[in-house]
Amino acid sequence: MDALAKNMGRRATAAPFSIELKGISKAFGPVQANKDINFAVPKGTIHGIIGENGAGKSTLMSILYGFYKADSGQIFVNGQLTTIPDSQSAIRAGIGMVFQHFKLVQNFTVLENIILGAEDGALLNTSLSKARRVLRELAQEYELDVDPDALVEDLSVGHQQRVEILKALYRQADILILDEPTGVLTPDEADHLFRILKGLKDQGKTVILITHKLREIMEATDNVSVMRRGTMVATVKTAETSPEALAELMVGRKVLLEVDKGTPNPGKVVLSVENLRVRDEHGVERLKGISLEIRAGEILGIAGVAGNGQSELLAALGGMMWATGRVTLNGAELPLSGAGSDGQSRRAAGIAHVPEDRHHHGLILDFSAWENMAFGYHNAPQYQKNALFMDNDALIADTEHKMAEYDVRPPIPSLAAKSFSGGNQQKIVVAREMERNPDLLLIGQPTRGVDIGAIEFIHKQIIALRDAGKAILLVSVELDEIMSLSDRIAVMFDGQIMGLRDPATTNERELGLLMAGVAGSSSGAAA
Amino acid sequence: MDRLPRWADVVLVPLISLLFAAIISALVLLAIGQSPVEAFKVMATGAVGSAYGWGYTLYYATSFIFTGLAVTVAFHAGLFNIGGEGQAQLGGLGVALVCLSLPWPHWTLALLAATAGAALFGAAWAAIPAYLQAKRGSHIVITTIMFNYIAAALLVYLLVDVLRPAGQMDPASARFPVGAKLPALNDIPGFDLIFTKPVPANVTLFVALGMAVVVWAILWRTRLGYQMRAFGKSEAAAKYAGINPVRITIIAMLLSGALAGMMSINNVMGEAERLLQNSSEGAGFIGIAVALMGRNHPIGVVLAALLFGFLYQGGAELGLWTSIPIEMRIVVQGLVILFTGALDVMVRMILQRIFGLFRSFKAAGVA
Repeated sequence: MDALAKNMGRRATAAPFSIELKGISKAFGPVQANKDINFAVPKGTIHGIIGENGAGKSTLMSILYGFYKADSGQIFVNGQLTTIPDSQSAIRAGIGMVFQHFKLVQNFTVLENIILGAEDGALLNTSLSKARRVLRELAQEYELDVDPDALVEDLSVGHQQRVEILKALYRQADILILDEPTGVLTPDEADHLFRILKGLKDQGKTVILITHKLREIMEATDNVSVMRRGTMVATVKTAETSPEALAELMVGRKVLLEVDKGTPNPGKVVLSVENLRVRDEHGVERLKGISLEIRAGEILGIAGVAGNGQSELLAALGGMMWATGRVTLNGAELPLSGAGSDGQSRRAAGIAHVPEDRHHHGLILDFSAWENMAFGYHNAPQYQKNALFMDNDALIADTEHKMAEYDVRPPIPSLAAKSFSGGNQQKIVVAREMERNPDLLLIGQPTRGVDIGAIEFIHKQIIALRDAGKAILLVSVELDEIMSLSDRIAVMFDGQIMGLRDPATTNERELGLLMAGVAGSSSGAAA
Repeated sequence: MDRLPRWADVVLVPLISLLFAAIISALVLLAIGQSPVEAFKVMATGAVGSAYGWGYTLYYATSFIFTGLAVTVAFHAGLFNIGGEGQAQLGGLGVALVCLSLPWPHWTLALLAATAGAALFGAAWAAIPAYLQAKRGSHIVITTIMFNYIAAALLVYLLVDVLRPAGQMDPASARFPVGAKLPALNDIPGFDLIFTKPVPANVTLFVALGMAVVVWAILWRTRLGYQMRAFGKSEAAAKYAGINPVRITIIAMLLSGALAGMMSINNVMGEAERLLQNSSEGAGFIGIAVALMGRNHPIGVVLAALLFGFLYQGGAELGLWTSIPIEMRIVVQGLVILFTGALDVMVRMILQRIFGLFRSFKAAGVA
């Protein structure tokens, strides 16, 4: 791998790289986010950057796009030494960036968004008609067709992403950086995106793809650079490596990518949901009559593109949102609104909940780890000293015990939750919820923003809980995760369940169609 | 961003903020042709240079501890209670009604009853904005501000038309019975060795310090405090945990209002010995600055209350002994609030830079 980098270095004089970084370092206080990064992206290639959360990928790209200034090091663009103090300079140097969270004005049309910040004069009309012409050319060239007059808020997520790419191309970007572009896409949309990227590459443009999904790296890239703890540990040709080798480079040790689980042994029905309906605060119906059952010792996985009602399903069952319908747990009906429908009652009934968003729901980031260990269970008798005071000592001891058991690092109960890495934060939440020995575990995005090592651990814990005879409702936008963990898969689209599938007999294509609202048997639900 | 060491955050930031406030105050004094050194000398001598001065400084500080704690309690539940002023005035009404209701046999009984009355009336006045926020979503900042005006108007009406004894000219209640007189510090054996002259600081000071401990215990040692702090940090997370937002909002505001109300045992019962118009004299607002400067921790609140007590008393001395207009006191207070409350982020950023530089020097030295 070093040989390749050296090899690239030798050719540098002959055919300049699109991007070449030499000795880039960046520290945030005592944290060295980037340490002496050297890497080069040959012109006209798709280059993957892979690494765990906090490995320094985003910092590196932010330096490249002018958001941060490197403490030391040099940036060469097309062989020219360049300084990039701000994003305007990055754009002038031909670098375009597509962020994970789109930066579009929702109530502007596609055209208006495209020219925003790149207007040619005082009058909008000249820019708009020019943009319309350019857009038509780009659409033909790269399969990037979007209705130029549609409002952005009416577009699907996949189309919004195309607008972001068009924005960069309109600004004549030769180098396109995409940060976790497939997180919000269906498998079909992701495939389409990769076709677009291949088209760009064929036209001589350079693409840098940041992702934590090994499959995408293998599918779409020519070369891949692996980052670990702020350093660039390797740059290899994609064709000459394997997912296992990349995972090992990322984590620094061997990782089990496949989930090792035995056959399920389902018992009696634990959770039964009939015709569950939820309206959000704007009165929009987000769950349109969900019915499902989960048995003891079974994992039901909910697949779907984010925003199709999965969050509301978890919220309604976890006591965070009022609903209508009928839900029974071990035969006893749960109130869905009013008194007895809050999170405390759900916990008392035997439901534990690892929420999708640990930063906004699962943890109080400013609280210490031990304070978070009681979150939701602050009324539990073992945490009370007497009628008046909480038993903080018992809570700290309990936290120490759970931190050891779940390998939370660093194992310091007094450390604020915000100071832990994503994976360790999630382990705190998982430890808190699983150690309650619930009858039903609701678990949303169990491994979002979690490093590979912790993913392996959390998956094992989920399987262990299933094998202990508990019912588990798993929601994840990672199709791989759903397929490898679930005993049955329900696909949600637009607040409804499109179908139930057996993970052993289904495939990504079939699930992807259901996720896009294309039903196999039922009609009238197409997107 | 680089983090500051805890000692710098807690000690250095407020000290440097104060220094900035002092420098600007000095410039203002120079601009009006006065000597800042002279002014500071007068303030220091008058406020802390004698036991007599301390007697006033501590008296003001007592009020500020209560109102600072009131803001602190609400703040931890994510609520900005600007209504301390009105709640304190209603607390004064509670004190007056209790004190006038019986010929109290001993001050201890009167103090207990008056404290309860003050807390009850203060809490009741906070309960309405709390209810409106929790149930109707009316913003508590707006409603508590408006309730300050309603409180002031209500008290004028009560003092003029209801509580004023026949034949009395000024809008005030009757004088409280002798049995309700609280011992001043110069009345307490032991303290009378230090405070030889009569001072307004009275036993309420110890009630205030006691409440600081109670507030600390509630916030960091009880389930209620845990839930309040969780709710204050993140409403969404509190919902996940099943913490009832209505209950927490109302309880936090009741506690806050009760604390604000309790300041009236200091000024109404301990000093004036009757209910006057505008009895709280802005202490409710000073409480906001005290809580901000005290970083919403009871220890910080006590220290900040002392500082503001010093400014109050020292400022009054300026008016007495120099030709500096007494309004300068308000200018200085305003600058202290500006720097310690609103601009302390600026000071923190400067310090972070400096500490960052220091660290990189050290790192370079090691390498």
